[in-house]
Amino acid sequence: MKSKGNGFRIYAILYLGFLYAPIVLLPIFAFNNSTVISFPLVGFTTQWFQALVTDTSLLLAVRHSLIVAVSVSILATTFGVFAARATTRYKFPGKGGLMGMIMLPLVLPDIIIAVALLGAITNILGMKLSLITVIFGHTLIATPFTIAILNSAFQSLDRSLEEAAYDLGETKISTFRLIILPLVMPGIISAMLIAFTISLDEYIIAAFLSGTEATLPVYIFSQFRFPQRVPVIMALGTILVCLSIVLLTVAEYFRRRGIAKAGGKSSGGFL
Amino acid sequence: MTKRKFLGSEAANGLLMLSPTAIYSIVVMAAPLIAVLLFSFMTPGYLKVIWTPTLDNYAKVLSDPIYQVLLGRSLVMAATVTAVTVLTAFPIAYFISFIVSPEKKSLWLFLITIPFWTSYLIRVFLWKVILGYNGVINEAFMGLGIIHQPMTFLLYNMNSVVLTLAHSYAPFAILPIFVALEKIDRSLLEAGQDLGESRIMTFIRVTLPLAMSGVVASVLIVFIPTVGDYVTPTLVGGSSGQMIANVIQLQYFKLGNYPVGSAVSIAAMGVVTVISVIFVFANRRFMRGPQ
Repeated sequence: MKSKGNGFRIYAILYLGFLYAPIVLLPIFAFNNSTVISFPLVGFTTQWFQALVTDTSLLLAVRHSLIVAVSVSILATTFGVFAARATTRYKFPGKGGLMGMIMLPLVLPDIIIAVALLGAITNILGMKLSLITVIFGHTLIATPFTIAILNSAFQSLDRSLEEAAYDLGETKISTFRLIILPLVMPGIISAMLIAFTISLDEYIIAAFLSGTEATLPVYIFSQFRFPQRVPVIMALGTILVCLSIVLLTVAEYFRRRGIAKAGGKSSGGFL
Repeated sequence: MTKRKFLGSEAANGLLMLSPTAIYSIVVMAAPLIAVLLFSFMTPGYLKVIWTPTLDNYAKVLSDPIYQVLLGRSLVMAATVTAVTVLTAFPIAYFISFIVSPEKKSLWLFLITIPFWTSYLIRVFLWKVILGYNGVINEAFMGLGIIHQPMTFLLYNMNSVVLTLAHSYAPFAILPIFVALEKIDRSLLEAGQDLGESRIMTFIRVTLPLAMSGVVASVLIVFIPTVGDYVTPTLVGGSSGQMIANVIQLQYFKLGNYPVGSAVSIAAMGVVTVISVIFVFANRRFMRGPQ
């Protein structure tokens, strides 16, 4: 029994090593004083980080990505709240089918969503590609994730609190605002952070739909063609990884607090 | 009295509540997918579609061997990635569900999901650094004197694509299996052992069948998106690692040929859907049971 558990533990630790290998290498090369990304290391430098601040096309890409990610986090979470509230609170015909359709982007390859939107936008709507079209696409793929998080927040709501509010004369809307919203607020914050992170990192849809307004991943991909630019990208990656870890830790904190607040028990991760 | 009225309109309330999300999904996903289906039957023009119906696009997709080669290779690659990912993920899910103490489960799941949320492009690029000619693995093995020439079979082929995708989809494979394992009533396992089954037989006859619903979910959630991945093949695949998504990207983005790109997309999605349905059907006896 003991040895069996240990075998699994060793395997799990090796597996974590495999999962974290690329992320661990990132800061090593970001601070290495060489344009060639390989061992042995040459020396310590912060020049790649300094180069980031003066790169105007990079700063523009960051700006574009932030505009998109903030919009997506608000839109996707709003759509997520409606869907999660509808599925956890009401029974209605066609629920399974409609939810299946809404959750479909989870398994639909991103390239299919990208080409479908590209074709429809340029050939049917006749719209110009811009950050707005990227926001459309990213909201679509981020919504299922927000629903997954918000479902657990709404599921752990005690129905009797809501009924008590009705009995005390509150309307549906005031009950939602005064009782339900504060209880699911941690879930909402968590969902917004996840949607933000998904959008910030998404490349394929952004590459197809951003037109001339490159987002950060589109910019990064374009830089891979120039070997001398790679150390700067490693520095950028180091900052992005740190940012993602902070955002996810905060999101996880709120997700757990949300479930605890509504009287539930935390069971698992984001998905 | 009011309660009855309330129950009577429950369906309407639910539909109304779901409508913003459902309408968004119809307008931004379902309608464009239908447009792709329409495009695939129209005449190609550069960056635009000429609305004259034709079957030429499908004739081209079916007759040109390049599409069959790439689709076949994508399916084999996705199946390999799925097998590798799910088989290596199962022990992790089992470990977290059965061996890790309950209060530490969330921490383990969090540790497993973090790499997944960190910059996808940069992660894929770093595998290039790890596997490359002057990469981490070659330098380390040469430093230890195990090899004298850098190994060239590590990068720019199917192996590197499989490894990189297995890395990308690890949490997608682990979480559904974990959820299925968590639902297993532990007393069933004790009963199995009380009735004289060995630990391994209990696993094969009780745990595994009950975990199969999670395994099926993992397989689908890894297989379907990996067929359509093109970033990983582009960065670490080399010329022998090109996939069907690369040709879709080429037709749409570089050649501006929307109808042929659409026909390839529809054909690929059709094949993937058929395979997925067959797979679920083959495993249908595991899928029933309490939700």
